[in-house]
Amino acid sequence: MADLVFWFIAIFTIASALVVVLNNQLLYSAVALLFTLFGVAALYIFLWADFIAGVQLIVYIGGILVLIIFGIMLTNRISSVRLSQTNVQQGIGGVVSIWLLILLSLIISKTPWLEKQSFEPVSTVHDIGILLLTKYLLPFEAVSLLLLGALIGAAVLSREGT
Amino acid sequence: MTVDFLFDSLVSLFPSWENTDPFLVISMLIPLVATFGFITVYALVVIYAELKVSSFIQDKVGPMGQGVGLHAGKWGLLQPIADALKLLSKEDIIPSSANKLLFILAPFMIFVGAFISFIALPFNGSIIVSDLNIGIFYILGVGSLAVIALILAGWSSNNKWSLYGGMRSAAQIISYEIPAGLSLIVVIMLAGSLNMQEIIIYQQGGISNWIIFDNPFMPIAFVVYFISALAETNRTPFDLPESESELVAGFVTEYSGMRYAFFFLSEYANMFVVSVVAVTGFLGGWQSPFSGSLDSPLMGVFWMLSKTAFLIFIMIWIRWTVPRLRVDQLMHLCWKVFLPIGLFNIFAVAIWTVLFG
Repeated sequence: MADLVFWFIAIFTIASALVVVLNNQLLYSAVALLFTLFGVAALYIFLWADFIAGVQLIVYIGGILVLIIFGIMLTNRISSVRLSQTNVQQGIGGVVSIWLLILLSLIISKTPWLEKQSFEPVSTVHDIGILLLTKYLLPFEAVSLLLLGALIGAAVLSREGT
Repeated sequence: MTVDFLFDSLVSLFPSWENTDPFLVISMLIPLVATFGFITVYALVVIYAELKVSSFIQDKVGPMGQGVGLHAGKWGLLQPIADALKLLSKEDIIPSSANKLLFILAPFMIFVGAFISFIALPFNGSIIVSDLNIGIFYILGVGSLAVIALILAGWSSNNKWSLYGGMRSAAQIISYEIPAGLSLIVVIMLAGSLNMQEIIIYQQGGISNWIIFDNPFMPIAFVVYFISALAETNRTPFDLPESESELVAGFVTEYSGMRYAFFFLSEYANMFVVSVVAVTGFLGGWQSPFSGSLDSPLMGVFWMLSKTAFLIFIMIWIRWTVPRLRVDQLMHLCWKVFLPIGLFNIFAVAIWTVLFG
């Protein structure tokens, strides 16, 4: 039963990812990306990573995907429903993708993976919170500084007359 | 959890069945069908309430059955059913220049976004479809589906009013998610959990233990959350996305019949979701306001629904009393008033908890 659901989600995710890449209507790609991100969130839930799945929903769907759609809509060709995308760098893109695929396969095959735990963790959020504020405090603060820098930069760039 | 309970009772009812997979499917389908039924019945009730409350506020009687025969039933009780039938039987128009696929997809997406939030809503100690560890976070997360659905609805209609409505609603919902989230962070800090049931159990022991009365900063957080929730559900005074005096009907301009009904239904469903979150986070959830009495499971459902109904009544009340905000006032309120208050609240409650908690 669980296997069936897993395969359904996996195929759903990959199929919508293919639509993102192969479709030449820009907005259809963005909508297909929505389903891909949902599929990935569902896969996180399969790994008991419920908090990461929630973050996936809020950050990727509520933030980045909305940003992408806004970006598409604020172009000057917004009035026409036919917005299309074409690949002009197919060769270079293909080389980079294949190289990335080889690299990822190597890493996946060499990493000593944890065995699947048969029990459900009581609460993942609690441990993540404790770890973020103790062991990983420095990276956490560094990332927040980076985000603060990006925020200030965006505010400065979008001001008139600078 | 309801799913586990249904599954266990099905297994004990038919112990001779070897394969339990059909039971799992059935025990997942029953809550979904029940939720769908609940949303439909709730929508009929709240539409009637909206008609009647708005009429009383405007000093008229609203729908009434007059004369011989059934016009709208006694006190107009059949009016919402008549409205629903009217919407169902209307012609379904798809503009010829619209993007058909996205035009059809958008109403379903917005309804799915509202529908899957119901999974994490607690009605009493045991009636909750799925008692997620990250319940309150999950509800905030799936709320973002509505944003995309609204933009798509606005854009795919290929109509300038729809487009403006869609863009406005997206900007508005994204902006007001931040003060709403900041107010809920304060609740999570006090309760120490993202789980809806644990937040409610933290508020055990009568009205004085409710989070809203926990410390002097919580009423502020509640008001900020409630107003942000109003903005997120596109209700007046924040109904700029569909303001009829400037944008005809905003992103729903081109929709008719059943698809229009879906937008309508999801607006009311979202009102229910944000009210339940407010009740859970601030008003004790299904706990009785009197410590130790009237707290049976059935009374739990009663307390949950009556507190929620009270908040929905306030939303309707506000809608028919307060005029609409301008776009700049809307953004001013969010970024220059609510955001600083929300950040201040987090610090204040943290210090309060360390000193007196």
